[in-house]
Amino acid sequence: MTTKNTLGKAAAAVLMAALVSACSSNAAKEEAAAQAAAERAAAEQAAAAEAAAAEQRAIEKEKAMMMAEKREEKRRLMDAASAAGSVFYFDYDSSSLSDDARAAIDAHVALMMADSGNVRLEGHTDERGTREYNLALGERRANAVRDYMVASGVPAYRIETISYGEENPVAYGSGESSWMKNRRVEIK
Amino acid sequence: MAQRITLLLLSLMCSSLAWGQLEIQVTRGIDNPTSIAIAPFAWDGLGTSPVDFAQIIDSDLARSGQFSPVSRRDMLSLPTSKADIFYRDWRAIATRYLVIGRVSKGTQLRVDFALHDVERGIELFSGQVVGSESEARMVAHGVADAIYEKLTGIPGAFATRLIYVSVTRNPEGKDFYRLTVADADGRRPIVLLEGRDPILAPSWSPDGKEVAYVSFESSRPAIYRQVLATGEREQLTNFQGLNNSPVWSPDGRFMALVLSKDGSPDVYLLDLETKALTRLTRHYAIDTEPTWMPDGKSLLFTSDRGGRPQIYRYELATGKIERVTFEGRYNARARVAEDGRNVALVHQRDGRFHIAVFDLVTERLTVLTETSLDESPSIAPNGSLVIYATKRGERSVLGAVAVDGGVKFSLPARSGSVQEPAWSPMLPQQ
Repeated sequence: MTTKNTLGKAAAAVLMAALVSACSSNAAKEEAAAQAAAERAAAEQAAAAEAAAAEQRAIEKEKAMMMAEKREEKRRLMDAASAAGSVFYFDYDSSSLSDDARAAIDAHVALMMADSGNVRLEGHTDERGTREYNLALGERRANAVRDYMVASGVPAYRIETISYGEENPVAYGSGESSWMKNRRVEIK
Repeated sequence: MAQRITLLLLSLMCSSLAWGQLEIQVTRGIDNPTSIAIAPFAWDGLGTSPVDFAQIIDSDLARSGQFSPVSRRDMLSLPTSKADIFYRDWRAIATRYLVIGRVSKGTQLRVDFALHDVERGIELFSGQVVGSESEARMVAHGVADAIYEKLTGIPGAFATRLIYVSVTRNPEGKDFYRLTVADADGRRPIVLLEGRDPILAPSWSPDGKEVAYVSFESSRPAIYRQVLATGEREQLTNFQGLNNSPVWSPDGRFMALVLSKDGSPDVYLLDLETKALTRLTRHYAIDTEPTWMPDGKSLLFTSDRGGRPQIYRYELATGKIERVTFEGRYNARARVAEDGRNVALVHQRDGRFHIAVFDLVTERLTVLTETSLDESPSIAPNGSLVIYATKRGERSVLGAVAVDGGVKFSLPARSGSVQEPAWSPMLPQQ
């Protein structure tokens, strides 16, 4: 029983040793595997990041191109609006828009549709007639421009109108050459 | 935007050199003005008289166009009391009437004066005007008022004031606006408000103590009222669109004004105490330039609801609107005389804008001026004269014309333009 016991103990010890040895060898293998996996993952991640960055760069490039295009387009619209002028002229005692005025306002409308800025329309008259009635006439002119802009798609809240009547003339003489310059709506 | 209210005192100090001071020139008088002599008044007091009373009265009567004052150099004697008068001295220089006077100074100035009929050799009338020394010029105008009334039967309006807008252009070509109050003879101008933004449509409160006007100082038009003595002011409206044409009701409780917040310009009524706003007219056309009838029961206003601007009447009790003017294509900016009958307005004839008077009873329209860009008529509180703005070259100047067209004046400023004159009501004695 004793020997058997001793044998049994020895066997148990061998078994234990084998087990321990087996265990330690497994851990090393696993560690290596894990490292490899991590490295693979890192490489994959790096590759993915690289791909994403490249994609991002491409998007940004495209965006920049679009922006540049947009800027270009806006510049073109601004140039067109500025070429059309910021002053629209009217006939005596009239608030009807002339074809020239419509064409000029169209250029401003196109610009307004491309951005989000607000405008102020200032109505003016010549010196003939009474000041207070002229304030009303100046307002009618500013409103005529506003209504045309709104009909062309500009939201009304982006347009402010104000009338100066015969105040603030641009030409001071008394005669049609001065009066025609003063019968106007200025866009600001 | 750089607006400021200039206080009375400050302006008084520099008033003699103030902007927009008016010089009054009679450009046409009546054919046979009455000869009148104002002998220099005696001064009972320390030092010298604060003003030359006789000279001020002389200028007032000359300015009416109805009198031709006798030059002091031609006077053969200078009486200051009844006992000193030798009528033959005045008959010798063909004087019809003579005024003598004496000024004494206690706590206040007191002017005792008498009007003599040289032809008949009798005293017609004697009177007394009292006032503070700082208002010496107004006291003198008060004497002129009394003499004018005695001789014409119409109360004088010399002791009254004007408000007007003067505009000067700075070197960069930008306009600079000043709202100014001055005596009716253009003297003692005081700047009430100044700045680069337009000032428009000034009008008087019925007690002559306040003015209302439109200012663009907030970059939009708004209506303000301002107390003359203190400079204290209140913003009454600041609506989207037009805020224009403030005019006090004769009882001082309401202000009629023009707003376009509801779409097109319409006449509204503002209760100055409760601030309640009532819309009077309701039309897609332009309704503007309201003015009260003296009884406060109706308003006249300009409307182009018939296609062209014409004068209409709005009855407050019923809301009834009727057209008043029919002659010509353009009648606007009415102002009604105290008699409730004569209406001064701007009338277009042959493309030119004149001042005309429309008689509400006979419905006759009489053109008073020959110049072509006349506007902003305002009637003197005694109904005798219409003051208005007209163009002379590139400048706007004031002119005045008798309601019967007989007498004309021009009131050019020393510099810049003067526009939108408004004659004060009769003022209580200072």
